[in-house]
Amino acid sequence: MARYILFRLVSAIPVILGITVIVFLIMSLIPGDPAQAILGAYATPENVARINRDLGLDKPMVERYFIWLGNMLTGDFGRSFSLNRPVLDEILERFSATLVLASVSLLVCSLIGVAAGVVSAARQYGWADKTITFAVLIGISIPSFFLGMLMILLFAVKLRWLPVSGMFEIYGGRGPGDLLRHLVLPSVALAVVATGVVARLSRGAMLEVLRQDYIRTARAKGVGEGRVLWGHALRAAMVAILPILGLQAGFVLSGAVYIEVVFQWPGVGRMLVDAILKRDILLVQGAVTFVAGCYVLFNIVVDVAQAMIDPRIKA
Amino acid sequence: MPVFLKLVFRNRLAGAGAIIIAALVLTCLLVPVLPLADPDQTDTAHRFIRPFSEGRLLGTDHLGRDLLSRLLWGTRLSLAVGAVAALLAATFGTLIGVTAGYFGGRVDAVLMRGVDMLMAFPYILLALAIVAALGPGLLNALIAVAAVNVPFFARNIRGISAGLAAREFIDAARLAGEGHLRIILTELLPNVLPTIIVAVSTTIGWMVLETAGLSFLGLGSQPPQADLGSMLGEARPALITAPHTLVVPGLAIFVIVMSINLLGDGLRDALDPRLRSGALARPSPVTLIERAEVPAARAAPGFLDLDALDTRFRVGRRLYKAVNGVSLSIARGECLGLIGESGSGKSVTALSIMGLVASPPGVITGGAVRLEGEDVLALPYAALRSLRGRRVAYVFQDPLSTLHPLYRVGDQLTEAMRVHDRITDQEARARAIELLDTVQIPNPAERLSAYPHELSGGMRQRVGIAMALANDPDLIIADEPTTALDVTVQAQILALLDQLRRDRGLSILFITHDFGVVGQLCDRVAVMYAGRIVEEGPTAAVLAAPAHPYTRRLIDCVPELGGGKRALTAIPGLPPAVDSLPEGCAFAARCDRARDVCRTGTLDLAQTGGRAVRCLFPETTATEDRA
Amino acid sequence: MTTPALEVRNLSKSFPVGRGLFRAGRLVRALMPTDLVVMPGETLGIVGESGCGKTTLARMLVGLLAPTTGTLEIGGKPLDTSDRRVSSQQIQYVFQDPISSLNPRKTIRQTMETPLRVLFGMDAAARAARIAEVFDAVSLRPEFLDRYPHEFSGGQAQRIGIARALLAKPDIIVLDEPVSALDVSVQAQVLNLLAALKEEFGLTYLFISHDLAVVEAVSDRIAVLYFGSVVEVGPAAAVFARPHHPYTRLLADSAPVVGRPLARRADGAGELPDPLDPPAGCAFARRCPKARERCRSDAPPLATMGDDRLAACHFPD
Repeated sequence: MARYILFRLVSAIPVILGITVIVFLIMSLIPGDPAQAILGAYATPENVARINRDLGLDKPMVERYFIWLGNMLTGDFGRSFSLNRPVLDEILERFSATLVLASVSLLVCSLIGVAAGVVSAARQYGWADKTITFAVLIGISIPSFFLGMLMILLFAVKLRWLPVSGMFEIYGGRGPGDLLRHLVLPSVALAVVATGVVARLSRGAMLEVLRQDYIRTARAKGVGEGRVLWGHALRAAMVAILPILGLQAGFVLSGAVYIEVVFQWPGVGRMLVDAILKRDILLVQGAVTFVAGCYVLFNIVVDVAQAMIDPRIKA
Repeated sequence: MPVFLKLVFRNRLAGAGAIIIAALVLTCLLVPVLPLADPDQTDTAHRFIRPFSEGRLLGTDHLGRDLLSRLLWGTRLSLAVGAVAALLAATFGTLIGVTAGYFGGRVDAVLMRGVDMLMAFPYILLALAIVAALGPGLLNALIAVAAVNVPFFARNIRGISAGLAAREFIDAARLAGEGHLRIILTELLPNVLPTIIVAVSTTIGWMVLETAGLSFLGLGSQPPQADLGSMLGEARPALITAPHTLVVPGLAIFVIVMSINLLGDGLRDALDPRLRSGALARPSPVTLIERAEVPAARAAPGFLDLDALDTRFRVGRRLYKAVNGVSLSIARGECLGLIGESGSGKSVTALSIMGLVASPPGVITGGAVRLEGEDVLALPYAALRSLRGRRVAYVFQDPLSTLHPLYRVGDQLTEAMRVHDRITDQEARARAIELLDTVQIPNPAERLSAYPHELSGGMRQRVGIAMALANDPDLIIADEPTTALDVTVQAQILALLDQLRRDRGLSILFITHDFGVVGQLCDRVAVMYAGRIVEEGPTAAVLAAPAHPYTRRLIDCVPELGGGKRALTAIPGLPPAVDSLPEGCAFAARCDRARDVCRTGTLDLAQTGGRAVRCLFPETTATEDRA
Repeated sequence: MTTPALEVRNLSKSFPVGRGLFRAGRLVRALMPTDLVVMPGETLGIVGESGCGKTTLARMLVGLLAPTTGTLEIGGKPLDTSDRRVSSQQIQYVFQDPISSLNPRKTIRQTMETPLRVLFGMDAAARAARIAEVFDAVSLRPEFLDRYPHEFSGGQAQRIGIARALLAKPDIIVLDEPVSALDVSVQAQVLNLLAALKEEFGLTYLFISHDLAVVEAVSDRIAVLYFGSVVEVGPAAAVFARPHHPYTRLLADSAPVVGRPLARRADGAGELPDPLDPPAGCAFARRCPKARERCRSDAPPLATMGDDRLAACHFPD
């Protein structure tokens, strides 16, 4: 297993390099003078000079890429001009907020989604299946930002059960209880779509597995239905479900952008939107690279989990 | 095509989705000629008018613009953008996917690495990066959304294409002299098309959501132009004071996406042939039993008796009589061979015994299965389950698919004991080693920790047999246990089964299509044709002098080793489909002895001494034998 | 002496395994260098168990796979499968899975017309005439032409597959397990059809199968393959009746025959060697009751056994 983990880590290096290339290529799509474009509204002569020096903008593209890459490897993601602070500091601070939101949502959608999928498959065409299928359909059709605002209207404005927005109370907050209260609405709004997707695909995976010959073998041995379903079948279905969960991490991170805007959550998504509107390109570039890198690492964890349940995978 | 539409509309929700979509598209097309207010005309004196006010059906927004007009124009824009984005993504994704899947090898590796690279981004990051570079705007948002969805299409379509490219008809096309481009266009693409259609139809909704999302963030359509997302974005500041400006576009998106999803699911179900045949149904733990009456028990019960067993498959309006009044009896220590061609009902008979026929679509509609006189089919689930594997165990055909791929061999063996027996880990392990040793697997202790895929086919089938022996059953039902194996391995497995049976006094019901195997292993043989037993008797007698014309001619069909080069006597025609069985003898249409009387009424299995035959004009040699 | 219909010299195939984008994998030998000769009008049966290389051999013969080494000659002239116009008139292929070898979205007519149009540029009338001709030869009803593959039973689909192979009037047909997907009653129909067609059109067959009895029933000569090598060749009537190679003997003894008691011997119980780690000497040595030291170090060459037979064994029977 250790060998496999090492193998996956090593094979992530070209992927992360690829990510930096793609980000760099996209950013080179920017029309006009690069320094002007990167700085946008902050294009004072000093800033332009600094950018030209840091990124070597007068140099050819390939060289510029390596300068940028080299800087990043030393932890220098450049400086955000709109916020006037190092990009990496800002990203680290904001990303932790996003991480809290996204991981809670991912946990919720994995547990509820898989459970709903299994129950739905086990009771195929029964009332439980129909209810779940219908709920899933609503879940995957409703825009999360619309749902978020509806939830604010109902639970925060009308019922006053939970806070409207933010991560902590401005005065006297900061405890875990406070965080939890603020977390409920955004994490639920964020989890709804992902839960729907996971439930739907888990149901499909379970139905596929339940038709397999080895399920019949288990029954022919006299294994009880509970164990057939939650043991034999779910274990085999997890081979198909785990990659979906890995994909959902990406969807949750993506959905977080909307949810952070709706709930004023101080995460990296909202920061990105602001940065794009203010045309703070260095901040965008750094944040996209950083988050994508984290996502790659997360997917390695998923792959390792996959290899742990499926002995056929070992490389 | 009408059949296809009927399939879509058979699913009522999908039909509803289709109707809503059609209405929406029609409305959107008519928007320019409808008597609507100018969607961008501001009127700050009449801001936030509530819906259902006079002249303002849906009210106005924060600038006093007419919401109905903005909604319709916005829907038009959102739908168009979503559809265009989906088509763009599908086109490029198909191009990449088909190329990678068809050519495989290095082309595939390079293309798919690129796709993997793009999929390494949480998709919206990529979209945001593109918008950041190109600048906010609806067209740029469209490009971004299309671009980030290309990898999903590419991967999906590559999978399908690679599967198709490995099929023999592609080889046949190459042999017919077709070039790559021609094969891709005329052989591959028509088969991939349903997948593409389904993917597009299920993705349009997603694309509408995504572009709306970017517009909501202010990165898509720019003011004053309205699309559904930007309407939601503009409504956010007034969320609390004027919720209707939020609810109107929000509900619109919801309804659009939901109907697209409904329609997409309907299309998928209609285009997926597996769903069409109902094959994706989940088999229940016990076969559905709907018996009108239970036949009386025999006067002299054997160890296992099947009495007039009827098993049917209900698929749509068709009723397949897979097992049609089958009666069999197996004594203790006896080996009975059940022989027949595919579709004769031999495997279904075997599975019916312990209620293992998949239902849906299988139903046991009549007859009884009696184990030492007790009707198994009348037992509650818990009692039936305790018989499975303990007194009656199965060995199935393909050991690779019938062993669980993710559990170690040892765990699968010990589980078989544990469901019926409370034993310690050590005991279970010791017994598992003993079992593997019994089935002649070398190094049994080591093999316990192997996974099925690490063993060869022959070894896997030995594990299957060991698992069947785990609880010292009285009867083993072996459903073509050697059909998937090579002939030298088959000989080993047959020898093993024969030896186990003699050592342990096991009864065996052996299902096969091979007379040679029956002749070597079985005491008695029953021949099945179109769901019925047509002949039964001691193996040697039946093989030497078959009484039923089908048995005789089937034996003649099979070349036997040592016969040299020769012509075979074939049976013309095909067995009848079991959903439209003819009256009288099912074999009559192919039989050279058939007369008119064979095609009327029902024929009984006539018992004479140790032999039975369902034929009005049995082969003379056999009748002489009996006389 | 007549020119052989097909002559294969030193033909072999290796597949790379475990190769990545930048990583050179190892080579696995699916077929060791092989020589075969088929005379005009003859049926050569090729028999072997799964993994013996018989399908690899078949696919190379018709150009679906490029050989790693070796040459192919048809009627004394080298076979050039890159020019299908010519090669399709020399050698044709019938697939194992009859349904899968037909495009599910094309009618049978469309499938049958393709080679005539693409290879021979025939006009519609000529195509229709030729198709009617072969359909008649395999006794298929003309109305089948406008149906789709899923409407056919396995036996009918295999007749269509055979008809397709006949379209180009080939000299040789490679039959790759043509009846193993069929039930025995239908299998006999197809085998008899093949025999009749051979008679009618003067065809030469390469008949590949895992079923010894079927191969024996249709072949003039038989070649036995084990682990990628021909281990024995000889007249059909003699090979299984009096095997020279111990593997052939094991095969013959393993075939279920009514009235013969089940063997209880432990020998031959082993399995195929690992293709990634082939043994040095004879591939069968580990399963062979007669194997001696020499068998484990030197691979025996295919040698004449005195009569008209060849076997690759140091200590033949």
